Amino acid sequence: MEKTTQQKAMRKFTKICDIVNQYNRDKSKLIPILQKVQDEYRYLPEEVLTFVATTLNIPPATVYGVATFYAHFTLSPRGKYVIRICDGTACHVKGSNKLLETLREKLNLKDKNTTTSDMLFTLETVSCLGACGLAPVLVINDVVHGQVTREKAIKLIDEIIEKENKNAG
Amino acid sequence: MEKKVILIKDTGFKSDTTRDIQSLFLKAIRDIGAEESIQIVRAADLGIYNQGVVVKILPDNTVYTHINSDNIDQIVKAVHKGEVLENLLLKDRVEQTRIVLRNCGVIDPENIEEYFSKGGYTSIAKCLFDLTPAKVIKEMKKSGLRGRGGAGFPTWMKWSFAANSFGDEKYVICNADEGDPGAYMDRSVLEGDPHSVIEGMTIAGYAIGAKHGYFYIRAEYPLAIERVENALKQAYERGLLGKNILGSDFSFDLEIRLGAGAFVCGEETALIASIEGKRGTPNPRPPYPTDSGLWKKPSIINNVETLANISAIFQKGGDWFSSIGTEKSKGTKVFAVTGKVKNSGLVEIAMGTSIKDIVYNIGGGVLNEKQLVAVQTGGPSGGVIPKKHLDTPVSYEHLQELGSIMGSGGMIVMDEDDCMVDISKFYLKFCVDESCGKCAPCRIGGYQMLSILNKISEGEGELEDMDKLHRISQAMQKASLCALGQTAPNPVISTLRYFEDEYKQHIIDKKCRAGKCSKLIQYTINPDKCKRCRLCVTNCPVSAITGDREHGYTIDQEKCIRCGRCFEVCKFEAIARV
Ligand SMILES: Cc1cc2nc3c(=O)[nH]c(=O)nc-3n(C[C@H](O)[C@H](O)[C@H](O)COP(=O)(O)O)c2cc1C
Ligand code: SF4
Ligand code: FES
Repeated sequence: MEKTTQQKAMRKFTKICDIVNQYNRDKSKLIPILQKVQDEYRYLPEEVLTFVATTLNIPPATVYGVATFYAHFTLSPRGKYVIRICDGTACHVKGSNKLLETLREKLNLKDKNTTTSDMLFTLETVSCLGACGLAPVLVINDVVHGQVTREKAIKLIDEIIEKENKNAG
Repeated sequence: MEKKVILIKDTGFKSDTTRDIQSLFLKAIRDIGAEESIQIVRAADLGIYNQGVVVKILPDNTVYTHINSDNIDQIVKAVHKGEVLENLLLKDRVEQTRIVLRNCGVIDPENIEEYFSKGGYTSIAKCLFDLTPAKVIKEMKKSGLRGRGGAGFPTWMKWSFAANSFGDEKYVICNADEGDPGAYMDRSVLEGDPHSVIEGMTIAGYAIGAKHGYFYIRAEYPLAIERVENALKQAYERGLLGKNILGSDFSFDLEIRLGAGAFVCGEETALIASIEGKRGTPNPRPPYPTDSGLWKKPSIINNVETLANISAIFQKGGDWFSSIGTEKSKGTKVFAVTGKVKNSGLVEIAMGTSIKDIVYNIGGGVLNEKQLVAVQTGGPSGGVIPKKHLDTPVSYEHLQELGSIMGSGGMIVMDEDDCMVDISKFYLKFCVDESCGKCAPCRIGGYQMLSILNKISEGEGELEDMDKLHRISQAMQKASLCALGQTAPNPVISTLRYFEDEYKQHIIDKKCRAGKCSKLIQYTINPDKCKRCRLCVTNCPVSAITGDREHGYTIDQEKCIRCGRCFEVCKFEAIARV
């Protein structure tokens, strides 16, 4: 009985097995492993963390501890488009928090929510992206946009929404 | 004949002078019948300021400054004949000295041959075949190079500690976690000249007796990662890494680890924990990494820029390097000059160059002709340098005297629109967010200081809060486990030192000079200036502006969220911020 559930889990997580094996089940590679897993799933579901812990033969609490320590790891699903507004110093003095306000409003994000209810957008801040000469900077799924004004930010969002609607319709 | 283009720009931003000069140029060209071979273009910006009218000749890239009606004929004739007028040439008043950035933008970073053509990898050959590890360290001592990652620890000393540590398993780590928010020197070096860092690490490995090294790179830098991966591959193919480098007895392997978004991992012991696959929390020192570092083996951690200097030092000698700079700070420093400056970008200057020269002569001065208020260096561990100290030469010792630090190379120019309380709140919040929480002084002290600053910026501050800030700062500096907590109060202490009046304005007068602290400002409409265009009405995100064309418009202060939208869009300066 024990074995069959594990087998099932193995089947469900073959991709993760591959990743873990790629790193020779080396505990010290936990961070690169989680980075790869997150590339695959876009976030780190709890059962995946437990599974990684089992395969590496370390306590789940250790894996959870690492996953929650580093800002890049996220334990909840994220939107299809991840918008990251730079809040480094150069961007701050050029008004990055106004961009943040504008987009939170535009995306109707209340309280501490960072992902829209339709799972289309996630809005985050990030520390310096190393593009300070273009401040203020925001990144949408790894595409960097520089010297962003409020108008430009809103336009970027509208374009995505339009594209999505077209695809859906 | 190749067609020449003359680009014209008045660097004082007066487009009418540019237009006049343009017609004079056109006339001069017509006079000598060169309409076919010389074209005139008005440029938006040539990146040169306060030099009068400037022209740039393409494709030669010659730049002439201070153009007036007297020398236009001369210039046109010279361009036509392909001559250069020495007396009108742009004189760089402050030269950049490029050591770290010597190859950036000059060679193709993806092609190892181009690095070879600049003398690349001759230094490692020299070290392996002509110098013992002890002699390598001796040469480093001669150079006087100090760490560029922030603290300025002498590089030779770090290396000699590790070289003298017992054991034959040792590590070299390149710190490319570049955490200072507002700086990107290390990214540029890795993207523009990755081999120089690899060569520097290999020399370090030889000097301390390490066989293995790690690049710890921020995951936010995908291009840098790609360039380093590519460079490593090429170096392995050429036998410059791996077993028996260049046929010597020395073997050295390098691999990459990616940071996962934690600023504290720039701290040496936390970085080590992170490579080991753990939470990146710092550990007490001693033991120092040079005794017990990665996997408890002797390790050295050096910054990207530090490492990029090494091969240049062995190409030209330690004496050459130490001839540049000040008495205690040798060589150059790269700064990422950003903020309210006309030419933001990377600047590499000899140590001892004044901040004023960097901002005005290289950076072109302050944007939009505003007043400079301060320049910040050292990021969240540093401080502000007020206008009156701008003549200060850049060096570890001088910046420290002023209560800032050299830091890793962020240099943010701030103008009259920047509020010093807001700036110190910004840096402190960064440290509070990034504190790992392991020790109480940093975790609790940082939070306390931030709540006090929040109070002040909301107009709820009391005079004794300034005292409290000092007291908590002292506790954090003395008792925090790592440099993050120890230096987090620096931006607050330094703004309190130079801008005490501004804090008092917030506390006593409940005013924010720069209009940044939203609780302390109000927007109102001046009916005399208002042209009733309704632009503000349509732009207000919370519909706080009401009225009609006949009676004018008013802002409902209850509804207003002080976003400043109306202030920005109004074309008639009818919105007042008080
Ligand atoms: C919180 C914190 C963050 C740091 N971040 C960096 C960094 O991003 N890059 C860096 O080179 N050094 C950073 N340092 C300094 C390093 O701990 C270390 O002193 C440096 O890498 C040593 O190299 P160097 O001697 O060549 O300067 C940081 C230190 C602290 C305390
Ligand atoms: S000073 Fe701050 S960052 Fe450093 S160990 Fe203590 S809590 Fe962590
Ligand atoms: S501060 Fe935003 S890119 Fe550097």
